[in-house]
Amino acid sequence: MTTDQSKLLQEQVHHAYENNQPLNIVGGNSKSFYGNNITGEVLKLSDHSGIVEYEPTELVITANAGTSLSEINQLLDSKNQMLGFEPPQFSAGATLGGTIACNFSGPRRAYAGAARDFLLGCNIINGKAEMLTFGGNVMKNVAGYDVSRLMAGAMGTLGIILSCSVKTLPKPEAEMTLSLNCNENEAINTMRNWAQKSLPISATCFYGSQLFARLSGTDKAVKTAFKNIGGEAISNTDLFWQSIKEQQHEFFLTDKPLWRVSIDATASPLKNKTCLYEWSGALRWFHADENDTSLIDYAKSHDGHATLFKGHTQTENVFQALPDGLAIIHQNLKKSFDPKGILNHGKLYSGF
Amino acid sequence: MSVSSEVDVHIDASGVIKKLTDIVSKEAVLYEAEDLHPYECDGLSVYREIPLAVVLPDTIEQVQAIMRLCQQNNIPVVARGAGTGLSGGALPHKHGILLGLARFSGILEINPKKLTARVQPGVRNLSISQAVDQFGLYYAPDPSSQIACTIGGNVAENSGGVHCLKYGLTVHNIQQIKIVTMSGDLLNIGGTGLDSPGYDLLALLTGSEGMLGIIVEVTVKLLPKPEQAKVILAAFDDIVKAGQAVGEIIAEGIIPAGLEMMDKLAINAAEDFVHAGYPTDAEAILLCELDGSNEEVSAHIYTVSEALKNSGATEIRIAKNEAERLNFWKGRKAAFPAVGRLSPDYYCMDGTIPRKELPTVLKYITDLSEEYKLAVANVFHAGDGNLHPLILYDANIPGELERTEEFGGKILELCVKVGGTITGEHGVGIEKINQMCVQFKPLELTQFHAVKAAFDPLGLLNPGKAVPTLHRCAEFGAMHVHNGQLAFPELDRF
Repeated sequence: MTTDQSKLLQEQVHHAYENNQPLNIVGGNSKSFYGNNITGEVLKLSDHSGIVEYEPTELVITANAGTSLSEINQLLDSKNQMLGFEPPQFSAGATLGGTIACNFSGPRRAYAGAARDFLLGCNIINGKAEMLTFGGNVMKNVAGYDVSRLMAGAMGTLGIILSCSVKTLPKPEAEMTLSLNCNENEAINTMRNWAQKSLPISATCFYGSQLFARLSGTDKAVKTAFKNIGGEAISNTDLFWQSIKEQQHEFFLTDKPLWRVSIDATASPLKNKTCLYEWSGALRWFHADENDTSLIDYAKSHDGHATLFKGHTQTENVFQALPDGLAIIHQNLKKSFDPKGILNHGKLYSGF
Repeated sequence: MSVSSEVDVHIDASGVIKKLTDIVSKEAVLYEAEDLHPYECDGLSVYREIPLAVVLPDTIEQVQAIMRLCQQNNIPVVARGAGTGLSGGALPHKHGILLGLARFSGILEINPKKLTARVQPGVRNLSISQAVDQFGLYYAPDPSSQIACTIGGNVAENSGGVHCLKYGLTVHNIQQIKIVTMSGDLLNIGGTGLDSPGYDLLALLTGSEGMLGIIVEVTVKLLPKPEQAKVILAAFDDIVKAGQAVGEIIAEGIIPAGLEMMDKLAINAAEDFVHAGYPTDAEAILLCELDGSNEEVSAHIYTVSEALKNSGATEIRIAKNEAERLNFWKGRKAAFPAVGRLSPDYYCMDGTIPRKELPTVLKYITDLSEEYKLAVANVFHAGDGNLHPLILYDANIPGELERTEEFGGKILELCVKVGGTITGEHGVGIEKINQMCVQFKPLELTQFHAVKAAFDPLGLLNPGKAVPTLHRCAEFGAMHVHNGQLAFPELDRF
């Protein structure tokens, strides 16, 4: 069932705008650990929900921001389709709007694309309480600036996502996961070698002494690739990848803060720190204190970036600082969408 | 047609030219009329303008110095790659500098392990794939102008091509860019990983049509060449059946690497031009390319052939070898120049629609073709709903260009009405600026202008392009009264 609360939300934003009242945008509250901790009046999006349109043969689904990912996945599954970016659900309440706002993508990201790559368009309310539509529900659209993709990862600081259209993909006919024994350096090299070949790999992960690769495609293609690569087939493919993307795997089960390092996939390992690798080596997870700067230094030395992802208490500096030139553009853009700074102020960077 | 815009300028032309020659060599500044003429238009030649000067820098420092000079002197700057754009995006400004980036033609680094190539903006699209071929890699976006168009222009326009249903547009295939802002700052956007902190400026800059910054370097993502690629050619006696077949293929859970459609006029033009062996009695043909591992392609060829048969294809041919595959594509890739041989001029449209609307839109185009007495050849990127109707006309017949533009404008307005867009891959430029008023509301256009101001507060980069002023929309609306309702009633009329 679709519940359209866009008018009500617009009124709430208008009221906040008139009263200089900062807003804290909340969808399913499944990702509240992410970003700088902020205060503000809660603007609740979870009731603004429902699938607006789904056309399997057009490969597009449009849903209100508060629609749960589980509802979307269930519908897509019934038509043998899926969200190609395989987003995590850190709890049952995870919504489409929150997922896009955080640009969260799962194991398939390195092979199929990120949330931002699948986003075709969205309706937003900007910080002046204006309801705006950017992009659309067609695959190719270059009319005007790509403001909808700009919303992906902006964490609500530029606009409140009301609804979005995302591209869907057919589910692969067959999937299996293989594991190989190797060390960290061998894993990085092996993942790189695979990436240079036309192989039906749809996910990779390395932890401890095990390298995992998921193969997806036609039954024959998967079997042939398995034969060529070798290794042992694991028995619980879906559960394994779910434990990685939703961070229930044993690596993640600690109270220590979790760091996310997005980096050149060929970067050499960081010495003396345990790491879980994903995305063909381009995503690396570590545990370290929130004041530990070694991961930022490591990321910077490879022109990547480090994020204090989870388990922190910080109200600023969760994301790696921007160079001066980019920081100014960010501030200017923020002002252009939200001149009074009422939308998730400080969630991404302090000051805006 | 001349269109120059509204930047209020009082420029000391000879003083500016002198200062430009202090930045670059004398030979790199063109200002005599005969030297400027080759730059008066891009691929959309109905719009022409002579700039104040053309500058051809070859270092990033020179670009920075030129931008600072122009900002200080309030001089508009229009960037140009190879000038193959089809929407007049690189049309010069008569009071401005045309910044030619063709001399930035070096491939700086190929890294097969990282699957990237770092290139200068003037590098031609096809030459990237040619340079990395030795490593078994390629750059996926392949606009039909790929032999000539530059990667800088591809980023500025977010170019697509025949393979973008599966492999995406330029925005999906680049990792990092360097830009010079209007104030002369050099910014690095994107990173070496799969994402970067802060706002997705890489997405915002891609397709921004030279309005936000000058692209001076691009790091593209490379892909391993698929083990196998095969093409099926299917003929239909009804173009609507061909459209429905596309939906049937997708419903089978297959995303073809390319899925193209041509109508009878386009088929015959292409056949006469390049002899691709197309069935000239067909009302429409579909070209469906499948790629991947040998096993996957074999399985998909069978499934797609069955889907095509069930959709009423009158003939199905599978390219027997690579030579035949390339021959099938040769006709499609030559479709535009082939149609160009049928008529003194043609006008290429670029709307995108939800595929299910194809019968409605096709019927409308046919009806308008009769009404305007102008023939239309239809070439579609059928998989992603991107239409390229080519309207045939003769610019020497007084009024025919204006009728063609009106006809084209109506097609684009229908594309918006059925849930699509006025431009799928060619950009707005100057050509579709009025139709932007149909696709976007005043508040959205105002937001676009605010986004531009975040990068270029003086509005000197490519002024008058891509995003119309509200005044322009008000005037356009006054000419296009729909159902008795005036568009933009809240605005003053001039």
